[in-house]
Amino acid sequence: MKLGLRSVLAVVAAVAGAVAISLVVPVSGQQAPAYRAPRTPDGHPDLNGIWQANNEANWDIQMHVARPALALRAGPYGPVPAKDVLALGAVGSVPPGMGVVEGNEIPYKPEALAQKKKNQDNYLTSDPEVKCYLPGVPRANYMPYPFQIFQSPKAFFIAYEYAGATRNVYLKDPGPAPVDSWMGQSVGHWEGETFVIDVTGFTDTTWFDRAGNFHSEALHVTERYTRTSPDVIQYEATIDDPKTFTKPWKMSMPLYRRVEKNAQLMDFKCVEFVEELMYGQWRKKPLSQ
Amino acid sequence: MRSHISIAIAAAAALALSATLLAQSQATRGTPTARPAAAPQPKSTMNPRTADGHPDLQGVYDLATLTPLERPPMFGNNLTLTPQQAKRLEQQVADRKEQAARPSDSNRAAPPIGGDGSTGAAGNVGGYNNFWIDNGSEYVTVNGEKRTSIIVDPQNGRVPQVTAAARQRQAARPNVPTSDQQEGTDPGLERAPGAYDDPERRPLGERCLLGFGSTSGPPSLPVLYNNLHQIVQTRDTIMILNEMDHDARIIRMNAEHLPSTVRKWLGDSVGHWEGDTLVVDTTNFTDKTRFRGSTDQLHVVERFTRINDKTLLYRFTVEDPATWSQSWTGEYTWPATDTQLFEYACHEGNYALGNILRGARQRDAEEAAKKSGNR
Repeated sequence: MKLGLRSVLAVVAAVAGAVAISLVVPVSGQQAPAYRAPRTPDGHPDLNGIWQANNEANWDIQMHVARPALALRAGPYGPVPAKDVLALGAVGSVPPGMGVVEGNEIPYKPEALAQKKKNQDNYLTSDPEVKCYLPGVPRANYMPYPFQIFQSPKAFFIAYEYAGATRNVYLKDPGPAPVDSWMGQSVGHWEGETFVIDVTGFTDTTWFDRAGNFHSEALHVTERYTRTSPDVIQYEATIDDPKTFTKPWKMSMPLYRRVEKNAQLMDFKCVEFVEELMYGQWRKKPLSQ
Repeated sequence: MRSHISIAIAAAAALALSATLLAQSQATRGTPTARPAAAPQPKSTMNPRTADGHPDLQGVYDLATLTPLERPPMFGNNLTLTPQQAKRLEQQVADRKEQAARPSDSNRAAPPIGGDGSTGAAGNVGGYNNFWIDNGSEYVTVNGEKRTSIIVDPQNGRVPQVTAAARQRQAARPNVPTSDQQEGTDPGLERAPGAYDDPERRPLGERCLLGFGSTSGPPSLPVLYNNLHQIVQTRDTIMILNEMDHDARIIRMNAEHLPSTVRKWLGDSVGHWEGDTLVVDTTNFTDKTRFRGSTDQLHVVERFTRINDKTLLYRFTVEDPATWSQSWTGEYTWPATDTQLFEYACHEGNYALGNILRGARQRDAEEAAKKSGNR
């Protein structure tokens, strides 16, 4: 008997389907074993390495469509790039992103939400990143620059390429931060496979993104770092700031290992790059505007 | 006579020390091949080790010391101070600090406008009082002896004379920032033409690009304040945090230098172990780092050795044939401290740089007004 083409295809499809199902559906009662990360000498998951987020959170931590520019002005048919950023064209536009805020809504108090909008409206003069200021936490972790974790039994330290920002994570709580700082005071401990960092002692001068999302000096960030595969850390940051938000809220995202053989942090001392912006007007001979 | 005895003792001590280090390094150098990698390493509280068997250099260190980089000429070729000399000099500093810590006279007059003409920061108008200054209370002790200078080679404890070419180069570009420029050594508007024209002409410390006085290194040198440095050690990288300006020096172990096209403010550092000594080789500096007026060909080799459970010996050799006709070497100890290291956010609070330039423009305007008034 000669099989029609349609029959052959049907058999192939059925077999392929069965194979696919057997690949995807776990045998009942058997979970795939959880990933077990390599260990440091003291037995904790090894987070050493160079990591980087691969998302658009630094543009706007919430879900957003593309925008013409970070700084806008009214055009006859809707917003167009502000004069100061016009020359950048498409390079100066804001890429769209699915957001990293769980549930997408940030529970701002009404007056704080008004401030957020004000920040966005006055973007160029307000975002601390424009002036190469230290980025704060968690923003440092999802800026478009790599960072390096140095983890030993005695220390946990994070160096960021952006602005040469650094964080020493205390493994023993030294008590409340005696001074406020841009990067906060970090105190870490292990909860099984997860490294948890409590960050307090912030100033009110850092933001969460280029969309004006901000906080007060009452900010308390709880970060959770969990390795989920050889090249991924699942990262969570719970944001608690009763002066700005009605309740705590959470961001989460994967951080990816920079797997290039020559991956390393390079210099991004942007202080030098903003001197013309910040001090150019006081040159003996100011450059033409 | 006394100085000759001191030299002899110093020389003998140096020989003894180098012999010890050599013996240690040779002893350890032979071991990796003779012993399986996973074999237990010797453990002692005097010399803590990491899991991979190397000396554990981790901790926070306070580099402050009264010993200057360069030896005051009065000590000639004498590397060491007698215990009496050291005691007297340290007491002088303690007395001065005690004096400065006393309550001020609440009825004192204001300092004269423009400062009192002294060389202190801003002409002694109150830029830095005792509160700010944290440059140590003791001279460095190496091998049981107090030192007159950090520089041990050349013998006179001074940075070698610069080459004729370097002198020409530096004369052609006066008042150009260098990574070792000290705080408060500004020559002033009248004496440094052009130095206040542009931000790029201001000292790197003032611009918050690097700490002043080569605190960031390499070589890392002690300065007036903020002398803390933290070392974090992992298998593949060793990180040295400079308190000022929160610069993390990342030393890649057993790696090759970056291509010469990549330049870094603190250079590119690669490290390896020679026995129990961490050797860090740094090249690829920017042409804006200019340690003591050197070029981007500057080459620094640093050697970190743990000498007891609280102290590292830091030794460095600097060379740049375009600047000095010979290399030069310094050494001093890094004592561990329990002091907490805080964020040195320099740029974020840098009102000084803008105000300095603005002040200079104000002065320009006043000069111009005077001239047009005289016409």
